[in-house]
Amino acid sequence: MGKTIIEKIFENHTEDEVKPGNIIWLDIDTRTARDFGGPNVVKKLYEYYGEDVQVDDPSRTFFTFDTVAPAKTIPYANNQHFCRQFAKKRGIKVFDVDSGIGSHVAIEKGLCWPGSTFVGTDSHLNILGAVGAFGQGMGDADIAFAFKTGKTWFEVPSTIKIIFKGKPYKFPVTAKDLTLFTLRQLGSKGALGRAIEFYGEVIDNMSLFERITLSSMVTEMGGIIGFITPDEKIIEHFKKVKNNPEIKPVIADDDAEYEKVIEIDISNLKPQIACPPKPDNVKDVREVEGITVDSVFIGSCTNGRYEDISLAAEIFKRFKVKEGVMAKVVPSTREVFGRLLKDGTLDILYEAGVIVSNPGCGGCASGQIGMTGKGEVQISTSNRNFKGKQGDGDTYLASPVVAAVCAVTGEITDPVEFLKQKGVL
Amino acid sequence: MKIKGRVWVLTDKSGNLINDIDTDMIFHNRYLAITDINEMGKYALDNLEGWEDFSSKAKKGDIIIAGENFGSGSSRQQAVDCFKALGIALIIAKSFGAIYKRNAINSALPVLEANDVEILRAQSGDVIEVYTETGLIKNLNNGSEVSARPFSTVQKDILDAGGLLEFAKKIKE
Repeated sequence: MGKTIIEKIFENHTEDEVKPGNIIWLDIDTRTARDFGGPNVVKKLYEYYGEDVQVDDPSRTFFTFDTVAPAKTIPYANNQHFCRQFAKKRGIKVFDVDSGIGSHVAIEKGLCWPGSTFVGTDSHLNILGAVGAFGQGMGDADIAFAFKTGKTWFEVPSTIKIIFKGKPYKFPVTAKDLTLFTLRQLGSKGALGRAIEFYGEVIDNMSLFERITLSSMVTEMGGIIGFITPDEKIIEHFKKVKNNPEIKPVIADDDAEYEKVIEIDISNLKPQIACPPKPDNVKDVREVEGITVDSVFIGSCTNGRYEDISLAAEIFKRFKVKEGVMAKVVPSTREVFGRLLKDGTLDILYEAGVIVSNPGCGGCASGQIGMTGKGEVQISTSNRNFKGKQGDGDTYLASPVVAAVCAVTGEITDPVEFLKQKGVL
Repeated sequence: MKIKGRVWVLTDKSGNLINDIDTDMIFHNRYLAITDINEMGKYALDNLEGWEDFSSKAKKGDIIIAGENFGSGSSRQQAVDCFKALGIALIIAKSFGAIYKRNAINSALPVLEANDVEILRAQSGDVIEVYTETGLIKNLNNGSEVSARPFSTVQKDILDAGGLLEFAKKIKE
């Protein structure tokens, strides 16, 4: 019997029998904690194993400070420094408040790689499925255990295969629209407790930033993780950053056993938007056009890559942010920020009237930028619009292009019609 | 391991097993500031209609039987610890919320999934015997039997150690 991607990755990291429903001990290649959750991980390690506690392997253990970076409150500053001191004494590397979102840093720096296993305190770590790695967010006891032992236990999930049919989307439709459309089909429980594998022509054509967007919202579909088989470019990236020519993708067997196969037709994919208060409350943008927009937030682990912000800049190089609208951009990492700075994209954003902050999670984690006030309507490129998640206002989830167009018009606007009218399309 | 105890069958007024009992019904968020486990028992299930007085009725060694998706909702550890505080020996459910199950195993509260638990025709007050290695459950009041998924090795190891972080001490020795 053939195996799915998750089954094959697990088999390479356990001595137990890997089949759906079995609980197995899993060797974890990389163990991380961020400034949210991390301090409790350290507290638990001290509490159970004493002040002199050592971790299993400092060279495979990392802190990534991304939620509130740099700290904006004294408790956060204390928490971050508490972790720094713990790390320094044990030779653990800290990707500090200048680095950006941990999951993205992991991909850029090669802390993860195709086929690897990775845990941390970020519930969107399953984003690593975008490069064919197993990533998983967990609670502080689980992560303390992983720091101490290099292992975690995991129930092997069954896998759902999703095949996209139809022609790939093109600008101004983006991977975010595909992602929201998929969530619209599956709902918030559509992949509950399951792994997903994504296939289809559109997937084969997707670059890394687009794969990240799709994998990042499997959490909102209830899923454990969504895998996309890495292409040659992604493998080359990891060979280079890891300086390891042996890196190979983990590919599902042809006769792998899937719990079910779902086909989604994307031939007529239109710009999508998730209306408050739930990520799966997805509509065509056209259905909610005209609602007044007070602010937009472009960033997050879902849409904070260089190419995401460049897509928004396609709009901002032609049109300015409407007076009275706040347009906020938060690059996901320092590397992304550097590229935007050096190629002049930040210049375009500045001239259009956009606020750009240092890299990190932004408003999603009540961070430095992107919070809303009561009654405020925000278009956000992030992944969650639950009440209170990004402040007291109403958050709509959409692509960087939709967000940028809304910042220009000051109301919810379908970019297709808008760009046609303006002669851009 | 054999667990024998009196059961509480979490049913509604018409006698059906209640599904989707979430963590707010088990341990309401108004008590989240409580961190002392000994204080948590008295609030167990006090937000579940018909079961508000559960903590005063439950005794050490009792077993809970619940419906589908028990413990769905938030990741709060108190929703597990409140039953530990009362000395609940085991929770049997048709299924558990994923995070709840993870939290229960990590803190050494025995949990078993028995999709066909209705076959036991168990009523609150019945005494049942559970063999965790095989998953066999017997209702001693009417002789009926049902199979649950047995404890996995992992679950048993963590349970024997007294929780996940205690277990870490063992595997390092």
